[in-house]
Amino acid sequence: MQSHFDLFGLQPAFAVDEVRLERAYREIQSRVHPDRFAHAGDAERRASLQWTTRVNEAYRTLRNPVARATHLLALQGVDVAFETNTAMPADFLTQQMELRESLEEATETKNPTALDQLHKRIDADKRGLEKRLAERLDEQRDYAGAADLVRELKFLEKLEAEIDAAYETLE
Amino acid sequence: MALLQISEPGQSRAPHEHRLAIGIDLGTTNSLVATVRSGAPTVLPDAQGRPLLPSIVRYFSNGKVDVGYAAQARQAEDPKNTVVSVKRFMGRGVKDIDHLQNAPYDFVDAPGMLQIRTAAGVKSPVEVSAEILRVLRERAEASLNGPLTGAVITVPAYFDDAQRQATKDAGRLAGLNVLRLLNEPTAAAIAYGLDNASEGVFAVYDLGGGTFDLSVLKLSRGVFEVVATSGDSMLGGDDFDQRVFCWVVEQAKLAPLSARDMRLLLVKSREAKEHLTAHGEAPITAKLSSGEFVDLTLDTETFCRITQTLVQKTLGPVRKALRDAGLTATQVDGVVMVGGATRMPQIQRAVAEFFQRDPLNNLDPDKVVALGAAMQANVLAGNRPQGEDWLLLDVIPLSLGVETMGGLVEKIIPRNSTIPAARAQEFTTFKDGQSGMSFHVVQGERELVSDCRSLARFELKGIPPMAAGAARVRVTYQVDADGLLSVTAREATTGAEASVTVKPSYGLADADIERMLRDSFSHAKEDVHARALAEARVEGERMLEATRSALAADGALLAPEERKSVDAAMAELAAKLGANDHRAIKQALDRLNHATADFAARRMDEGIRRALAGRQIGAL
Repeated sequence: MQSHFDLFGLQPAFAVDEVRLERAYREIQSRVHPDRFAHAGDAERRASLQWTTRVNEAYRTLRNPVARATHLLALQGVDVAFETNTAMPADFLTQQMELRESLEEATETKNPTALDQLHKRIDADKRGLEKRLAERLDEQRDYAGAADLVRELKFLEKLEAEIDAAYETLE
Repeated sequence: MALLQISEPGQSRAPHEHRLAIGIDLGTTNSLVATVRSGAPTVLPDAQGRPLLPSIVRYFSNGKVDVGYAAQARQAEDPKNTVVSVKRFMGRGVKDIDHLQNAPYDFVDAPGMLQIRTAAGVKSPVEVSAEILRVLRERAEASLNGPLTGAVITVPAYFDDAQRQATKDAGRLAGLNVLRLLNEPTAAAIAYGLDNASEGVFAVYDLGGGTFDLSVLKLSRGVFEVVATSGDSMLGGDDFDQRVFCWVVEQAKLAPLSARDMRLLLVKSREAKEHLTAHGEAPITAKLSSGEFVDLTLDTETFCRITQTLVQKTLGPVRKALRDAGLTATQVDGVVMVGGATRMPQIQRAVAEFFQRDPLNNLDPDKVVALGAAMQANVLAGNRPQGEDWLLLDVIPLSLGVETMGGLVEKIIPRNSTIPAARAQEFTTFKDGQSGMSFHVVQGERELVSDCRSLARFELKGIPPMAAGAARVRVTYQVDADGLLSVTAREATTGAEASVTVKPSYGLADADIERMLRDSFSHAKEDVHARALAEARVEGERMLEATRSALAADGALLAPEERKSVDAAMAELAAKLGANDHRAIKQALDRLNHATADFAARRMDEGIRRALAGRQIGAL
């Protein structure tokens, strides 16, 4: 299988050169995008649709840390098992419970400043996790250990989505 | 290589002949058509020099149809047969419409989309919209003096699948080759960005007659990338009229109104709103059919007060789009104002305050969408000027999902995904020996199916008998470049495949469109056959030309025998173009498409290889 990294001519690694990725994405898009083939025959239009779809999916995967790490692990034959593996370190879980309580409180009291603070906190936590994830994947090549961190990162991503949803209830 | 060996004298077009393509802004209040002439986009006016076409259609009992100013002039006289703001009804059922009591129509609650009973029979919003598009097509054909290659029609970015499908159907019904549905704020960004050579992050605030969109775009040399979009497809200038109307009814203590008086006061309310853009107060006077006189004065302060909640309502989607884009208001480099309703000073003030910068108004907010659509149509038709190449990356506005146990929604493609996009999800059986599965396709952000819009239901049958949980049914959602969805389900564990493909249910069946087209042509006394022939010839020549240039660029990718079959298919099509039979042309066209399928795929692979090779060389 051609990996998403191969598609963009990049080395498979968690640390990704975003400028190179974006440039490769745009260069491929400028050749395969349906807008280039609107006046072409059915066959070319179909091929263009398939390629653009694939390139968009690859780009989306590589830009998102959870998706990128999951893809890297899959290339190593490691399944992150979001659904089945729910074991988490106790201190991480305690922290998550506290964060969730803060979110509930901020929502109930309709406090946008508290939401902002929570958002900043999650952002910082995510960056910390991503740094550790890069070390485990790119340097230590500890894939099982990396899978644990990916699950934690996914937790934070979900929480972030809930914070966004909470903003909407304030409006 | 003898690349042009099959071209026939009199049939081949000059390689850089300009193809006629148009952009249409199909607006709630007004519609426009534009094209690119000598490199510059320009709006095409009617014979009287008027650029706008009021989106108003009046039906008569003898089958006559008035569109535009003529219909507008008499709207208060014949409100039931004069359809205004039909865009609000596209892809919508009766239950979706707010202020139904304030709309003076005879609605028919049809499955999928409401209809309106008129003197000329029951009309769907698609047919009403097609009348507007037809007038614009005829205007363009007369003004450009030739057959059109195709049209780009704009839609609000926040339109869902049903509304988009309905718009595309209306285009086909009007006899247009719809090259693309383009999001209105994106069209505006193209016109604005190319005009000003802008770079950076831009927000497009687009408040039209009936819809509100907010798109956040990243503009960098040659690329327009939509990062996030949000909006409200039921919020626009009409709602401001509605507020004024309610204020008038309350102030003048009016009894329930007739359809005629209602329309009269709505027109007066709109005029007052427009007057207040440049004046401190607006008189509202009207003589009702009951003999009552309305004589009121609306001042700016009152107008702002009664519409304040509407102004605030637009800021919710603004915040949401910024959150989705991961940006704050002050990180935006410019705010482009689009849509006639943004002329209201209170809107300008609210936007300036929110973004802490003066919004950009240097392009006519009524025309900017049509101009951008014309520029995109020009590119899609293949008139790409050298060096003026750009790439447009747009997104879907609303998540697409499927119903799971308990009436919950599993999102398959999240909102703000770049299109075209496809995602697959696997599902399994619930019971032993289960032979079928039923799927419910929905669109929206809420967790409960009942809070989302239902797009389609379908069943997958013929799953081989297996234990519960053993079958693997892969459901794939594909969204194309128009933002339109198709869904495929396939069971593949046993090798015995059961599969089904569906399109959401709101659109018209192809057969319906063909029938309606035939009816409309016979009515308009156009020759259906001549038109079909002309269209098939344009299509055939387009395909021949595309194949020729593909062979010139990448002919080496074909083995000699493959090349022979492509040449034969081209020669056959070229020969059929001279004949008088559009069906024969279509058949030859299909054969050429078939003969070039592998070639097309190989060219695409080659293109990517070259793109990467170029990048690596550049990176060294």
